[in-house]
Amino acid sequence: MKHNLPYAWRVGSWLLALLLFLPVIALIVEAFAPSGDIFNHLWRTVLGNYIANSALLVAGVGVLGTVLSVPAAWIMARTDIPGRKVLQWLLILPLAMPAYVIAYIYTDLLEFSGPIQGLLRHVMGWESAADYSFPEIRSLPGAVIVLSLVLYPYQYLLVRTAFLEQSQTQAMASRLLGCTPLQSFLRVAIPMARPAIITGLALMGMETLADFATVSYFAVPTMTTAVYDTWLGYGSLSAAARLSALMLLAVVLLISMEKYSRRRQSLFQRDSGYDKALLIKLSGSKKFLALIWCWMLVVFGFVLPAFMLLKYLLSFYKVSSISDLLVDGTNSLIVAGSTALAAAAAAILFGFYQRFQPGMVSRIPGRLISTGYALPGTVLAIAVLIPLSLADTGINELLIALGQKPVGLVFSGSIFAVVLAMVIRFSAIAVGSVEASLERISPSLDMASRTLGCTIPGMVRRVHLPLMRKGILTGLLLVFVEAMKELPAVLLLRPFNFETLATSVFQYVSDEKLEYAAPAAIALVVAGLVPLIVMNWSMDNSMGSNSPEPSPQQTKQQEAGHFECA
Amino acid sequence: MKKTTVLLAGTALTMASFSSLAAEEVNVYSYRQPFLVEPMFESFTKDTGVKVNVVFAKKGLDERLVREGKYSPADVVLPTDISQMVKLVEKGVTQPVQSDAINKSIPEQYRDPNGHWYALTLRIRNIYSAKRNGKPEDISYEDLAKPEFKGKVCTRSGKHPYNLSLVSSMIAYKGEQQTKAWLEGVKANLARRPQGNDRAQVKAIKEGVCDYSLGNSYYFGQMMKRDDQREWAESVYINFPNQGNRGANGNVSGMVMAKHAPNKANAQTLMEYLAGEKAQSVYAEVNMEYPINKSVPVSKTVAAWGDFKAEDMSLVQIAANQAKAQKLIDEVQFDH
Repeated sequence: MKHNLPYAWRVGSWLLALLLFLPVIALIVEAFAPSGDIFNHLWRTVLGNYIANSALLVAGVGVLGTVLSVPAAWIMARTDIPGRKVLQWLLILPLAMPAYVIAYIYTDLLEFSGPIQGLLRHVMGWESAADYSFPEIRSLPGAVIVLSLVLYPYQYLLVRTAFLEQSQTQAMASRLLGCTPLQSFLRVAIPMARPAIITGLALMGMETLADFATVSYFAVPTMTTAVYDTWLGYGSLSAAARLSALMLLAVVLLISMEKYSRRRQSLFQRDSGYDKALLIKLSGSKKFLALIWCWMLVVFGFVLPAFMLLKYLLSFYKVSSISDLLVDGTNSLIVAGSTALAAAAAAILFGFYQRFQPGMVSRIPGRLISTGYALPGTVLAIAVLIPLSLADTGINELLIALGQKPVGLVFSGSIFAVVLAMVIRFSAIAVGSVEASLERISPSLDMASRTLGCTIPGMVRRVHLPLMRKGILTGLLLVFVEAMKELPAVLLLRPFNFETLATSVFQYVSDEKLEYAAPAAIALVVAGLVPLIVMNWSMDNSMGSNSPEPSPQQTKQQEAGHFECA
Repeated sequence: MKKTTVLLAGTALTMASFSSLAAEEVNVYSYRQPFLVEPMFESFTKDTGVKVNVVFAKKGLDERLVREGKYSPADVVLPTDISQMVKLVEKGVTQPVQSDAINKSIPEQYRDPNGHWYALTLRIRNIYSAKRNGKPEDISYEDLAKPEFKGKVCTRSGKHPYNLSLVSSMIAYKGEQQTKAWLEGVKANLARRPQGNDRAQVKAIKEGVCDYSLGNSYYFGQMMKRDDQREWAESVYINFPNQGNRGANGNVSGMVMAKHAPNKANAQTLMEYLAGEKAQSVYAEVNMEYPINKSVPVSKTVAAWGDFKAEDMSLVQIAANQAKAQKLIDEVQFDH
């Protein structure tokens, strides 16, 4: 349905989208600049290899992440597995672990001098590396495993929600028609959760594509490596921009795949409440297997790395680092907090524009800014610097022309640049989650509230925003968690004397002092845990219990009595 | 909309508070790691009262300077090798510095004739060898490509600046053809794909993964100082390559003044300080590098490694081959 959205809303959406898209435009313009024969040289030599590695990595993480997460999501949504209440949020925790930290820890554990190979040598009487072979953790498969372990929660969160929203009666019907629980899972639950699975794949794919720290630590050259080499090795920003444009294309593909899968999502809405009595009762070996599966994910994705960090902390703890930790932590919170708020605000703005002015045009702002998701951090940093430094120069020239003192680099030299880069990088997450929650609100609610005399802002405030609370919160918190972990863009864009928890971890780790990085790494993980627990708690309140949101009662109340928009 | 406005205002406020800086100060962009340069900054502030503000990054600071243009707050840039310095000069983001104090401290071959860049420390690209095989009489970079070294060599990525400089010097001395053949030979001799940093290679020697590795000199001293790494260092000899002919490949870290330095006087004071005896002896004693200032002795640990002959070709001449070096490394797919 078309509404007359305030003019300012439309203009605001476009302006904001353009502001956020400006760096990407700058990059695309740069891509068309002449770059000599560097691109050809790369193409002749290493690029094929890099593209293959990127493709294998994305595919590998997609497959492994899905294989790990979907059964766990189904077990959590559909069975009475013991400890369900605790497990369902434990399973999200790996999201708080930066991939690079987990990569360092597993390398430490699994390399030649680590405890595992050491024990093997001790038991088997081997002496040197020549006496036996042990799989190399610093490899493509190693990177797939490590990235899957920290990225699977995206898939898990989305698919569990989808399972929870599927009518349980359909599952019951399939059981009555003779399906075993496994058959019911494979033939009913999975096909119905397909859109969520594909959205999860797209998210994991984009995260993987943009990863630099993990693959460079594992010496697996990918497209991001190629971008860095061309730019920093060959000194050609335009060739680097061209490679980035290739990666953007891949992201656009991933996003369209996700949109395509969602096109009929309204068909899959839950049509009845959630009843605990209908949970599948697991027993014997099935119960055992289900428990092993979920706990394996929790242990390898979170407990073991967290335990190692605590161990480092206890052996290398220094009181003097506390004040640094507080300063760095505050910086992290400021940056991640502003990023999350800005990304959520942008997502809400675009979401309503799209809802109230349906059509091709209104869809563009949200799409535009989602493309930033797969830009490698350093490239994004330069892309952000291009328009911001132009703006800064403009401001300073203007001030001088007016006889004032120049103010210096207010945009490009401050945390504004850092926040802008992260909003561009992560707003795709907020946009996706806000859009999904808006789509669930029936258009009849819009019609009813307009009939009852609401203005559009009144309706948004009284009807939509309360119903979208969960989606907004999810977007907000996921962006926050990601922004806490972000490294390369912050490293390059930060103002003077500015450390975040992530940069502080990196500084120690790049000097092979993982132990000293433990306090900051733990602070980083804890700061990520809190929002994840809040998020899970809010989802749990609305779905895991017997009161789906919005409860029919509440909705009726809103539709009738409590409605005084005008 | 309102929300967005409030948000933007909030962000603007926060950022304003970050960009307001104290009066007597100097702003540094540093490629060098914090633990290597912070001791110098601390004593500089204590001696002069000038506050040092730093941005640390391993990559891309040159590009940031270019984009920031004439309102850039940067005064001094600290690069980790000659090619970074040459790149900064080529991009036009440096300015010449003329200082008798600096010229007195830094020998002519280690500074730009026009004063655009100055070296601060020298380090040698050594070959580490396993103690278990005995001390090699004589060893050269060329040896690493010989068939008898098959499966015995470890190194970090060929594209790391330290290896790039080595390859650039090889091109300068031997030409592209021979250098390519050399790279192919070394690649064929690698015990594992290039990975980790210089210290990780010494660790691999200790573990029996390989017998020889390339590594900068100061890492040897730094490993000796750390409880968890001392046994790695104790399992190897540090060798100065090519002593029978052109000498060992050396590289420098250094400093340049940013073209639009807003605190020019303080920048010059800092540069003079870094070249001076006090800071140079910290470079020598704490970082285990060879000080560029000849009146400052090398640390006892470093002196114990013995005298050596270094290549005598000019650093700028070697750095000019950097792009060719990068191409060759890609062509032989050294890292795969």
